[in-house]
Amino acid sequence: MIEFRGVTKRFPDGTVAVDNLDLKVDAGKITVFVGPSGCGKTTSLRMINRMIEPSDGQILVNGNDIMQSDAADLRRGIGYVIQHAGLFPHRTIVDNIATVPLLLGWNKIKARKRATELMEIVGLAPEMAQRYPSQLSGGQQQRVGVARALAADPPVLLMDEPFSAVDPVVRESLQDELLRLQSELGKTIVFVTHDIDEAVKLGDKVAVLRVGGKLAQYDEPGVLLARPVDDFVDNFVGRDRGYRGLGFLSSDEIPLGELKTVTIGEAAPAGEEWVLVVDGERRPQGWLGAEQREGLETVSADRLVPGGSLYEIGSGSLRSALDAALSSPSGQGVAVDAQGAVAGAISADDVLRALDATRRDEQPS
Amino acid sequence: MILWDWIPRNLGTIGQQLLQHLQLSLIPVVVALVVSVPLGWLANRSPALRAVLVPAAGLLYTIPSIVLFVMLPGVLGTRIDSPLNIQIALTVYTVALLVRSVADALAAVPSMVVAAATAMGFRPGRRFVSVELPLAVPVLIAGLRVATVSNISLVSVGALIGVGGLGALLTQGFQEFFPTKIIIGVVLIVVLALLADALLLLLGRYITPWVRAGAGARSKA
Repeated sequence: MIEFRGVTKRFPDGTVAVDNLDLKVDAGKITVFVGPSGCGKTTSLRMINRMIEPSDGQILVNGNDIMQSDAADLRRGIGYVIQHAGLFPHRTIVDNIATVPLLLGWNKIKARKRATELMEIVGLAPEMAQRYPSQLSGGQQQRVGVARALAADPPVLLMDEPFSAVDPVVRESLQDELLRLQSELGKTIVFVTHDIDEAVKLGDKVAVLRVGGKLAQYDEPGVLLARPVDDFVDNFVGRDRGYRGLGFLSSDEIPLGELKTVTIGEAAPAGEEWVLVVDGERRPQGWLGAEQREGLETVSADRLVPGGSLYEIGSGSLRSALDAALSSPSGQGVAVDAQGAVAGAISADDVLRALDATRRDEQPS
Repeated sequence: MILWDWIPRNLGTIGQQLLQHLQLSLIPVVVALVVSVPLGWLANRSPALRAVLVPAAGLLYTIPSIVLFVMLPGVLGTRIDSPLNIQIALTVYTVALLVRSVADALAAVPSMVVAAATAMGFRPGRRFVSVELPLAVPVLIAGLRVATVSNISLVSVGALIGVGGLGALLTQGFQEFFPTKIIIGVVLIVVLALLADALLLLLGRYITPWVRAGAGARSKA
């Protein structure tokens, strides 16, 4: 657990980067610091491992004041990942990852073995071990950066805009990878970003900071989207927050409706309404409308209207349920079970009713 | 113009002069490197020190070599024909060149990499040896090549005070109106300079494999 107690950072030129910050970072969770440039999010992060020292106040890591411990020892116990990865260009990938274990005095064989394990954990092919950082793509370098931070198995991980320099597709896969890793490792992670979408996606809790280094709101992402405390947070959270907020509401309560289906190879059904076409294992293949059915005798795969997104029951949010309904050509969202077989239909109306129910539950009494 | 049969008859002497030339020019490079690294490190750490050290080094370099060669015995109490005079003078010149190179080389190390090293838990001493210095090598080698070639040519001036390695061939050749000695001397000095330069270039490449690796094909994510 990391605790900021009245922490202020004033730079010699008089600017206040962080102003009287009080905040508790939960152990084993991802906490995101987000805000516009100049809000002190990076300064706050760097104070945790004393890359910047606070002017006032106290920072406790697991109950110990960080100023009481030796800076280098403190840093060896805190993983650190930065933008552009900050890898050592003159060291091979395996030696980059082995950095902290070697600093801690492990022998070379053990450190390299650990580094090789980590390459596998973060999804780097073993043949990259002997390459140099400049021979890797940005996304691969970032994976090395994460592996290097994890090498000595520190309980705390600081991540300073680690994914901001890679393209959106790679960024998304790195984010997913981080969430997967975190579900296995359960580290205490402090993550800095200027991207609210990234903050909301990754954070168990999100701290929104405003220019001048003041904490504006510190909440779970769903709460942040549903109830921003003021105009600054509202503006910062941005457009579509209502829709994005649906991503944090569970869809378990939504009733599933009947869905008319036909299997490929069967006789084409009569009537005008949309019918969902499934394969032998009841997996959705596409839709048949009135137009496609004209003159059709048996249902085949080549005349189908592509379906929308699928909503997987049990793992879904209201957002994915609503999107399934909105993106389906028939207006009926397709719900599937964990095996991918059709389970029923969802309508946008059902989603909105479920949303209403959630709101009523949350009304203060 | 060249008396070819003079060469085999004097191989022994030429060899000795060659050896002396190497000693006179290369020992100062090694000593100066050892002195320049801490000085360059200081210059890189503090802008105020840099503002003093780098111009001071430049000023040293403007002293004509013959003046230094003649002055040093008076200052150091060495004999006028001692090789130490030449070696110390050349060390001064090499330091003058290298302080700037070391400072520039260290300044060229990406600050983000240094910050990352600090954040990993390197203490300053170990960080300097295992991160900053290796990354400074490419720029440092460039400075070292200039200094080495410059030393190999400067040694010849020492012949005017009696210790000049291959430079002796030049002075004798002029005194005796004997072009063979001059030509042999000039050719050997040039070849020596080119060889030393090439060797340093190769050494630099050998100890910085990452520089060339980066120029190769990048793999896609």
